Amino acid sequence: MAVTKLFGASVKRREDPRLITGRGNFTDHIKLPGTLFMALKRSPHAHARIVRIDTSKARAMPGVVAVYTGQDLVDKLAPVPCAWLVPDSDLKVPTYRALAVDKVRYVGDAVAAVVAENRYIAEDAAEAIEVEYEVLPAVVDQEKATQEGAPQLYDDVPNNIAFHWKLHAGDFDSAWNQAEVKLTRRFINHRLIPSAMEPRGALAYFNPGTGDLTIWCTSQNPHVHRLLLSAVTGIPETRIRVIATDVGGGFGSKIPMYAGEMLASAISRDLGRPIKWFESRRENYVATIHGRDHIQYVDVAATRDGKITGIRVKSYANLGAYLSTASPGVPTWLFGLMLCGAYTIPVVHVDVYGVVTNTTPTDAYRGAGRPEATYLLERVMDLLARELRMDPAEIRRKNFIPKEQFPYTTATGLQYDSGDYEATLDRALELVNYQQLRREQEELRAQGRYLGIGFSTYVEVCGLAPSAAAGAMGFQGGLWESATVRVHPSGKVSVFTGSNPHGQGEETTFAQLVADELGVPIDDVEIVHGDTEMIPFGMGTYGSRSLAVGGTAVIMATRKIKDKATKIAAHLLEVAPEDVAFENGRFFVKGAPDRAKTFQEVAGAAYLAWSMPEGVTPGLEETHFHDPINNTFPFGCHICVVEVDPDTGRVSFRKYVAVDDVGNVVNPMIVDGQVHGGIAQGLAQAVYEFAAYDESGQLLTATMMDYAIPKATMLPRFDVDRTVTPTPVNPMGAKGAGETGTIASTPAVANAIIDALSPLGIDHIDIPLTPERIWRAVQERRG
Amino acid sequence: MQITVKVNGVSHTHDVEPRMLLVHYLRDVLNLTGTHIGCDTSQCGACTILMNGKAVKSCTVFAVQADGAEITTIEGLARDGQLHPVQEGFWEMHGLQCGYCTPGMIMTAVDLLQRIPNPSEEQIRHYLEGNLCRCTGYQNIVRAVQYAAEKMRA
Repeated sequence: MAVTKLFGASVKRREDPRLITGRGNFTDHIKLPGTLFMALKRSPHAHARIVRIDTSKARAMPGVVAVYTGQDLVDKLAPVPCAWLVPDSDLKVPTYRALAVDKVRYVGDAVAAVVAENRYIAEDAAEAIEVEYEVLPAVVDQEKATQEGAPQLYDDVPNNIAFHWKLHAGDFDSAWNQAEVKLTRRFINHRLIPSAMEPRGALAYFNPGTGDLTIWCTSQNPHVHRLLLSAVTGIPETRIRVIATDVGGGFGSKIPMYAGEMLASAISRDLGRPIKWFESRRENYVATIHGRDHIQYVDVAATRDGKITGIRVKSYANLGAYLSTASPGVPTWLFGLMLCGAYTIPVVHVDVYGVVTNTTPTDAYRGAGRPEATYLLERVMDLLARELRMDPAEIRRKNFIPKEQFPYTTATGLQYDSGDYEATLDRALELVNYQQLRREQEELRAQGRYLGIGFSTYVEVCGLAPSAAAGAMGFQGGLWESATVRVHPSGKVSVFTGSNPHGQGEETTFAQLVADELGVPIDDVEIVHGDTEMIPFGMGTYGSRSLAVGGTAVIMATRKIKDKATKIAAHLLEVAPEDVAFENGRFFVKGAPDRAKTFQEVAGAAYLAWSMPEGVTPGLEETHFHDPINNTFPFGCHICVVEVDPDTGRVSFRKYVAVDDVGNVVNPMIVDGQVHGGIAQGLAQAVYEFAAYDESGQLLTATMMDYAIPKATMLPRFDVDRTVTPTPVNPMGAKGAGETGTIASTPAVANAIIDALSPLGIDHIDIPLTPERIWRAVQERRG
Repeated sequence: MQITVKVNGVSHTHDVEPRMLLVHYLRDVLNLTGTHIGCDTSQCGACTILMNGKAVKSCTVFAVQADGAEITTIEGLARDGQLHPVQEGFWEMHGLQCGYCTPGMIMTAVDLLQRIPNPSEEQIRHYLEGNLCRCTGYQNIVRAVQYAAEKMRA
């Protein structure tokens, strides 16, 4: 595309003025007269039969309007849907009721809903509900859950295995038999809690007079929620309006359909009054989805000179008590397909067991499957380097897909769009001054100090596409995106996007794209999102897709506008459309630049419609649904440098360098911000965060006091740099940047710590590498 | 109980339940929804306001404890259409993404710069320990506070 003014510029964000002055439109700010507040009574047991629910005390409290149990809603609300039906995996989708009937299966499973005049009364009344339980044995470990004698969550899910998914590419047995070097490991990729700063909530109002349901809710994908709400309530889609304009972070946790939104809608229909529900942080921690949680067995075949010839993975994925909306797809496709990483691994065998346990359901959390694959591969690279006494940078270089081989088809069947992996490695090595750093490491070791250098040379997949591929993977939806561009008579432009940014800044980046394409000032462009009555059907924001897929839809709709406007301008200028050029917001006759019409004049003429060319209709508005031809594959090299105190297990960060390649960049300031935040979350998995359960299924980290979200003092400064390898998949050449940091950073940090401890003979400790775990490993070695 | 509170320069008198949290008073009674709620254990700091000039977490104060107090919320920080330098810093330095922690983060930073006009990076990070951000990794928040410090000293 033409080089233009705003593409590539760090334009200050247009969403910020309202957010820095306390004028955002978050769900809990919305007020309607006559609103009732809903509170949910949740199970304190991980696994129990419901013997009796006594709601009489709650009902008798002043201000309480109604109390519902699961039995009351069986005919009014269909079960919570699962929308990723992974094929050929013997998938079983157990019934998931918004309010449990007969049995509860995790701590936090809702058993009753109270609505009252205000939130204080509603919560008091929920406390007053008496539930008698027959407590059953619980299982939280997904591997133990598959073993004989384990407690069974469902009668129709034998051994708690909800699916067994496999992808066998090539002949692993032969690779294994011929391997000069073999490596066998068990890795734990532990459970995390997404922890968006805004918990989830909804304000639902069913107007009995019109039959319309309007729901404000914390959603990354309002149309998907509209469709699913329609399916569970029976209210036609045409009668449901979902609004989610400002959303306080999601990281995947605001994709799924949940009990709370469903209950608020169904109860509002029942009572004809607005129902507000807003979860507490403790509820968010027990009842909003968690992420990751794999136990992985890995066998690696390699040559003596460090080439991987095959990899076999068996993973037990903990799905939690029920199958959340996208849950089966995350540990299967999004994990298994990426097990070649940035490397020419010719043989890949993956078997994934999706296991139900008495824990909070898991689903897509930032990275979703790709961090689990990347951590595994990048640990393998370091272990192999150590086994072969090779430099971890060089073993990666040896296995890289060479840049001449793009587009490259992996053993798992993906076609990587473009890449130059060595360039990011070389740049990162230069930025950390690698040779010097290794010398320093030697010197410090001689003094009894433990410096470590960790690598992660990742590749990831963004903008999952095309829709036909989604269908083949069992995803119950398309993965395209929509945009409508409406030029008003004054020449001002409204853009209605199906993407739903909630921190990613597309109100700014999309406006940059449109201002460039149409040659209008950015202040003339408004980006509208998050309201199903205004935007075309959209798929939403997740999986680093919004620029690559949603942005392309915006550009394509804008180009349709230009085509039509060119015809109108040609007519006004009395020349053929082929003789008209468009630059910087002016249509002019080629060779006679003074004969011109501005974009605004043409927009006005389109609406006056006094004189239109033959066959051209009035108005200037176009819609485009963009279904990409392929995914995009950002990549890069992160290097982390730490010093570890073996006596205390304490880790100090010395340096963190990220060299990412996300293709062309529309707004570098925003991409840097995405990378910083992504690294913070991935680093936190490596050293801080861990959703811990006790054996009875109690979540021990159910508050922000116990779950270690990093504070400002717990993170180092990140040095961020980029190389640029555009993707051919979309007209911008942009790949996506929302998840690179999270995917890359966990293994970079873990590898650095293990590298630091290597003189002690330590070659692996399962993450999170807390001081206690490090100290114990060191003590064990020292005897 | 009857309380009188001066919020952003305006005096309000209301009857409130003794157990009502100040953050609910601000949000639900005064409709000042710029002060956010992100947790229930006083960890996240999204509800931070200035009470008698000092940053406090309004989820940890009862409305009745604010009787007679002067309170500034995020809505009261800009004066005469002029952003406060801290607000300006957050905008200039991309110190926010989803914007949910931002009001509390800004109020804490205002308190910091009142006490330490020229803080080091370490002091900034230490002072912001009671405010959690899940989006930014804090790097640009630090820069936002540095920007404001410089601007306020000029």
